[in-house]
Amino acid sequence: MIKYIIRRLIGLIPLLLGITVITFAVIHLAPGSPTDLEEQFNPKVSLEVRQRIAHLYGLDKPLHVQYTDWLGRLLRLDFGISFVDSRPVIEKIGERIPITLGINLASIILILLIGIPIGVSSAVKEGAFYDRFMTVFVFIGFAMPTFWLSLILMDLIGVRWGLLPISGIKSLEFDKFSFFEKIIDIARHLTLPIFVSAFGGLAGISRYMRSNMVHVLKQDYIRTARAKGLKEKDVIYKHALKNALLPVVTILGLSIPGLIGGSVIFESIFSIPGMGRLFYESVMARDYPVIMGGLVITAILTLLGNLLADVSYAAVDPRIKLE
Amino acid sequence: MFVPLLLLAAGPHYGDAIVVGSIGEPRSLVPILASDSASGAICGLVFNGLIKYDKDLNLVGDLAETWEVSEDGLEITFYLRKGVRWHDGKPFTSKDVEFTYKSLIDPNVRTAYAGDFQMVERLEIIDDYTLKVFYKEPFSPGLSSWGMNMMPKHLLEGEDLNTTGFNRSPIGTGPYKFEVWKTGEKVELLSNHDYFEGRPCIDRYIYRIIPDQATLFLELRAEGVDYISLTPLQFKRQTESRFFKDNFQKFNFPSFGYTYLGYNLKDPKFRDIKVRQAINYAVNKEEIIRGVLLGMGRVSTGPFIPESWAYNNEVRAAEYDPGKARLLLKEAGWSDTDGDGILEKDGVRFSFTIITNLGNNQRKLTAEILQKRLKEVGIDVKIKIIEWSTFVSEFIDKRRFDAVLLGWGLSLEPDMYDIWYSAKTKEGEFNFVGYSNQEVDKLLLEGRRTFAQEERAGIYRRIHEILYEEQPYLFLYVPDALPIIHGRFKGIEVGPGGIGHNFIKWHVPEGEQRYTR
Amino acid sequence: MNKLVFLGIIIVSFFAILAIFAPLIAPYDPGQIDIENVLTSPSKDHIFGTDSLGRDLFSRMVYGTRISLLVGLIAVGISAIIGILLGSIAGYYGRWVDVVIMRFVDIMLCFPTFFLILAVIALLEPSIINIMVIIGVTSWMGVARLIRAEILSLKERDFIYAERAIGASDARIISRHLIPNAIAPVLVSITLGIAAAILVESSLSFLGIGVQPPTPSWGNILSEGKSVMGAAWWMLLFPGMAIFVTVMGYNLLGEGLREKFLKT
Repeated sequence: MIKYIIRRLIGLIPLLLGITVITFAVIHLAPGSPTDLEEQFNPKVSLEVRQRIAHLYGLDKPLHVQYTDWLGRLLRLDFGISFVDSRPVIEKIGERIPITLGINLASIILILLIGIPIGVSSAVKEGAFYDRFMTVFVFIGFAMPTFWLSLILMDLIGVRWGLLPISGIKSLEFDKFSFFEKIIDIARHLTLPIFVSAFGGLAGISRYMRSNMVHVLKQDYIRTARAKGLKEKDVIYKHALKNALLPVVTILGLSIPGLIGGSVIFESIFSIPGMGRLFYESVMARDYPVIMGGLVITAILTLLGNLLADVSYAAVDPRIKLE
Repeated sequence: MFVPLLLLAAGPHYGDAIVVGSIGEPRSLVPILASDSASGAICGLVFNGLIKYDKDLNLVGDLAETWEVSEDGLEITFYLRKGVRWHDGKPFTSKDVEFTYKSLIDPNVRTAYAGDFQMVERLEIIDDYTLKVFYKEPFSPGLSSWGMNMMPKHLLEGEDLNTTGFNRSPIGTGPYKFEVWKTGEKVELLSNHDYFEGRPCIDRYIYRIIPDQATLFLELRAEGVDYISLTPLQFKRQTESRFFKDNFQKFNFPSFGYTYLGYNLKDPKFRDIKVRQAINYAVNKEEIIRGVLLGMGRVSTGPFIPESWAYNNEVRAAEYDPGKARLLLKEAGWSDTDGDGILEKDGVRFSFTIITNLGNNQRKLTAEILQKRLKEVGIDVKIKIIEWSTFVSEFIDKRRFDAVLLGWGLSLEPDMYDIWYSAKTKEGEFNFVGYSNQEVDKLLLEGRRTFAQEERAGIYRRIHEILYEEQPYLFLYVPDALPIIHGRFKGIEVGPGGIGHNFIKWHVPEGEQRYTR
Repeated sequence: MNKLVFLGIIIVSFFAILAIFAPLIAPYDPGQIDIENVLTSPSKDHIFGTDSLGRDLFSRMVYGTRISLLVGLIAVGISAIIGILLGSIAGYYGRWVDVVIMRFVDIMLCFPTFFLILAVIALLEPSIINIMVIIGVTSWMGVARLIRAEILSLKERDFIYAERAIGASDARIISRHLIPNAIAPVLVSITLGIAAAILVESSLSFLGIGVQPPTPSWGNILSEGKSVMGAAWWMLLFPGMAIFVTVMGYNLLGEGLREKFLKT
């Protein structure tokens, strides 16, 4: 097992390098880009901005030197300084990531708790009305634009019915709350965002679960189990489920970038100070160092998430012999 | 019999907090650097100037108890209030005034307000509470310029004002003391119980930053903020319900400022006066006021508020006349040679980008109307929306724009030197369009030298006339101010200058206070 | 299942017709400003009501269909081309070519797509062309994997050996024989991809960094709807519904295709 993990970690290195290369390529879109605000008649000004970006990324040096410099700085966790408030990029991102990760984690848990049962029961009742109904239900979740859902819920639940707060992650008087009150306060603020985030992801997991389950239920060993006279419940939950569940673990890894990316919308709408909203604000402020830093860091997080998923899969599936 | 006596004896009600909602975040709380409205709002509560305007817009003393202006106007003697303390307990003296003055004229300090203080020949301290200001020549805006917020010498001497940590942790003499600033979230102030005008009734002032007009309004509805500026739509259509009438009070009065489209006059397209005049004819300002402001505003024809004595009522706004616009553009050498509906000249398409700030829907809609009307005369306009502080620091300050859609907040003093004087074009200064006109320069200087209001009025009216003729800005409108405040706050009075003049007297009766912890 | 697929086809065709015949269907010029009628609720003159500048919402929505479908189709077209190209090369040639390309796929999959798109748009400034290209360039990975998997299994088949035996070139084999046979799952991916692209474009436009005014897009109409939330429900309802239904339509179609192909 350890050997497997080490193997995978080593295998990560080319991927990490690849991430830095791609981000490096994206940065180069900057200075040469034909922005509308290129001042032909005031060269000093655009020159200054160019120089700043150039200096930040050492763009005046030959490419390979630039890249190694950039890589070196990344390894030292030096992502530069924000153009907006001159704070270190890593600090700005660092204070936002926990919130986004927290919401996404809660989201994933919710998706699993609801999506898996839906998938399983749909498979078991394949073709029945329940199955079709569930299909439509999760499709609605998938097709529903998150920003629309957020706005509707915000208006309905937040304003008209006044049940939940509509912006931020804590109330104005948070500092005066007791520990318990603080927890409740944050939970109330995060209810809508987590719900919106999870609702869209339900479709993926439940459909995948369903098709896996359907596939597994058709297997020979299931027929054998049934033939042996095992109770249907045992057949489903003891034998089929375990096998159908495994691939779901890998799907989890794949949905991480989607969740992080999707956070831009609802974090902006609900004014949650998370990574998604920071990214959006940085884009609107053309704060390039933060944008680049955000790309690299989230990509690395996804990579680690995938690793985690693979390792869990391997740990759980007896068929995978770790060569 | 005792009860009415008790009621009379009960003083003003202290307590509660007022939560002010804003889409903009302050940039710096060093008062002489605070040139945006968010920073200005906070500094206005934390600091004082030597003089200020009262409810009826008369000049009265703030940190200065009284003053004397010499016959020739070259000397002002200020008699400062005694016993005023900075929030850290140290006494306020004339040395602080001297220090603030020196900082303002220091070329290394990136302040936009140096202009008025460069007219001072010297400042003489007579004693701790008396000082004389000597001017090089008669300078009429001089007295009102001392409304500038005073800074503490003992804390800032020797500091680089541009980078000092004081900007996030200010100490002043004002009615409110700085408590905390959480970036992106809020700035909190606590009342100064020793304030020289008396303890403010509202204990806490919380400036809450919500960078989106729609969310801001929703927070108002949810009573999460107490005081915001409404958009015309919100004022007219969304605050008429029973709920709003019962729980809020809203006000409507002309604001002190105007909205305009400023051209980058270094751009060859905009250097030609005919082009700018053409655009003036191509845009229907009434349409913008009716459509975007829902009628709550007036057309602007120049850099003054219509109520000001400096305003030239003779200057008539140009009629909406696209035909005339097209003619002028043609005369300027622009024609549509390739039939695509957009004018060209020497191979260059007439296309430019309007930038404005994120979070202000009225500006966005105004930009769209401009885009539409200009398209009709053959000009292609793109719109770019940038977050506010970057907008100011990266685009305006650094002159990286074709045209900006922006607004000015004005004071009663009509001196517009900082905005229109041809030399005021350094980074961070206010003549970012790059306007230069010798006659206007002369008039600006003369206006500053003249004391008699009649004479001054004549000068500024002439400036008004020239500016409208030359169109360095496309003057658009003077919007109405539409503040809405939670009903529990009593004591608000609307004066010619708005409602802020007696802020420290606003109070909430004990039974209605919300923030009591 | 058949009924749902049928529904999908109807929805997709409906919007396609709307897009193609927009000028004939829209009662007003979508850019026509009418200050007297700012934010009027749906009426017989304006069946979807009007927006903040008095423009007819229904007409803007109809033209918005063009944007959504255009972006959807072209973005997916680009991603399909890239995906098919890279996937078939990887699958056919195998060995190190395969490894390199698949590593590239893995790397690309690590980036939150929306972040990547936002970053590039911030650098290149929003325009319809940029959006189409960027969505295309960031969503080809799924197609690549699918094609590769299909080709891996197909290339060992007899008819391929036969082609090789008669000396057909690689390019010919790939393009004439492998791809057409591998295309089935890709069609599913493409259909679902159009739905995803439409969601991305409307999200970008909603954030203000997609389709720019005055061009109407369902996303930027919704953004305006947010600014006037509470005062004009039609600005929120209709564009949201439109996006939702269109995306549903393509999803149903895609799922239906998936079922069909799985059975064969």
